[in-house]
Amino acid sequence: MNDLIVAKGLRKSFGSFEAVRGVDLTVPAGQVLGFLGPNGAGKSTTMRMLTGFLEPTEGTVTLSGISLADDPIAAKRTFGYLPEGAPAYGDMRVEEFLLFAARSRGYDDAEARRRVDAAIDRLHLGPYRKQLVETLSKGYKRRTGLAQAILHDPPILVLDEPTDGLDPNQKHEVRELIRRLGGERAIVLSTHILEEVEAVCTRAVIINEGRIVFDGTPGQLDAKASRDVTRNRLDHVFRMLTTSDVARRAGAAR
Amino acid sequence: MTATQRIASVFRREFTAYFSSPLAGIFLVIYLFMSGIFTFQLGGLYERGQADLRPFFQGQPWLNLFLVPALSMRLWAEDRRTGTIELLLTLPYSVWDLVLGKFLAAWAFACVALALTVPLWVTVGWLGSPDHGAILVGYLACALLSAGFLAVGAFLSAFTKNQVIAFVLCGVASFLLLVTGFPVVLDFVSGWLPRAAVEAISAMSAMTHFESMMRGVLDGRDVLYFGSITAAFLFLNGVVVEWKKAE
Ligand SMILES: Nc1ncnc2c1ncn2[C@@H]1O[C@H](COP(=O)(O)OP(=O)(O)OP(=O)(O)O)[C@@H](O)[C@H]1O
Ligand SMILES: [Mg+2]
Repeated sequence: MNDLIVAKGLRKSFGSFEAVRGVDLTVPAGQVLGFLGPNGAGKSTTMRMLTGFLEPTEGTVTLSGISLADDPIAAKRTFGYLPEGAPAYGDMRVEEFLLFAARSRGYDDAEARRRVDAAIDRLHLGPYRKQLVETLSKGYKRRTGLAQAILHDPPILVLDEPTDGLDPNQKHEVRELIRRLGGERAIVLSTHILEEVEAVCTRAVIINEGRIVFDGTPGQLDAKASRDVTRNRLDHVFRMLTTSDVARRAGAAR
Repeated sequence: MTATQRIASVFRREFTAYFSSPLAGIFLVIYLFMSGIFTFQLGGLYERGQADLRPFFQGQPWLNLFLVPALSMRLWAEDRRTGTIELLLTLPYSVWDLVLGKFLAAWAFACVALALTVPLWVTVGWLGSPDHGAILVGYLACALLSAGFLAVGAFLSAFTKNQVIAFVLCGVASFLLLVTGFPVVLDFVSGWLPRAAVEAISAMSAMTHFESMMRGVLDGRDVLYFGSITAAFLFLNGVVVEWKKAE
């Protein structure tokens, strides 16, 4: 069984509003899945269900073969998660915050320190390790969140907008990092940057109004644009798939 | 990783968090200062010519009305405001690890505050010959009272993202838990409530149980009362966290 993430029939309602309306997602090891969709499409809500922060109204999540509902703690050990906005304790120093995350994963102090040092190196946080998280720039705060997500070398990574707010250099570095992490892992990352999907993802999933409207390789996504579109082809497809009336027609056609 | 280890790592984070802002320290200083005032000035230690800690203990419920909300207000409200609650609940913790770790951290801080009043005890012991066993029971009463209030405060803190609101709610709830044991209040409600209801209200009051312990009477029922209040509100705390976390 190489399917590290198996989500079946996920639905989530907030009161009378249904934010996610039946999402099935199976992600095998080695796949980097780019999760796309307009604002409010339900990306974060889906990721929150994948990581057990929200209980689905309907549906199940299995991570590394462990049911999230039946054994949440064991399932949570198998992933690293960067929540939207990279929340972190502002009153802690970068290093302290990462040590807390490492200890939360059960490492003793010596091993936690080793892991934190490695994660700090990997994300080039060295000069900032003693800085208070609340005084970090947005990009470095996000890197701290990423360091927290990868320090235990999890087989699954769920990253909600990992490159949001990063400058072009940092974006490039984080993409390189994700590509390197790819190998044996199942990675789900959400983004609004379509080139990012081409650059790092092996699979693209577009969600609109809580439903999956495209699921394929970045190449297949590109192929959906008509031949006479020469610039921003992915943007064009994205608009085609997620602009309400077009999407509705596509839905009716299915 | 066992539940104890998980709780310990939450505890460690939460306990040190108290020292990252001056707020808890300020409340600590006020608390110690006021404890001294109660013992020596308001209690009239010198006038009464009797060295004991009775006035100190009498002041404790009122001081806890300020100290406890100051400690409990941030427990969940802050995590909800900054979004770190999403981090906590997706790390390999159960809600109960978090509830207990946070509660124990706040309680440990309250117990440190209490322990820092021991010099008052020493002073009284030096001035006269108080009943040290009774004083020990009184200290236990204080620790149990703050545990109960803290559990109530933690529970209320999970309802809001605003620490000030959490502070006020906890203060009001603790106040109500106290005054329902007062004769004035009981006389007032006895006018229109059946006798059994009045007795139930009195039995529910933290003041009733605190006062009997404060006098040095160690009764299992009082300990059980504070234990139950604490357990019940910690349970409700977990329920509210699950219910409110995403808002
Ligand atoms: N706790 C909540 N209560 C009520 N509605 C919610 C809640 N969380 C999300 N929603 C709604 O669910 C929908 C999907 O939100 P979600 O955050 O998943 O979108 P998203 O795809 O991540 O968008 P973005 O690209 O802006 O991050 C939105 O309409 C949002 O308002
Ligand atoms: Mg989002």
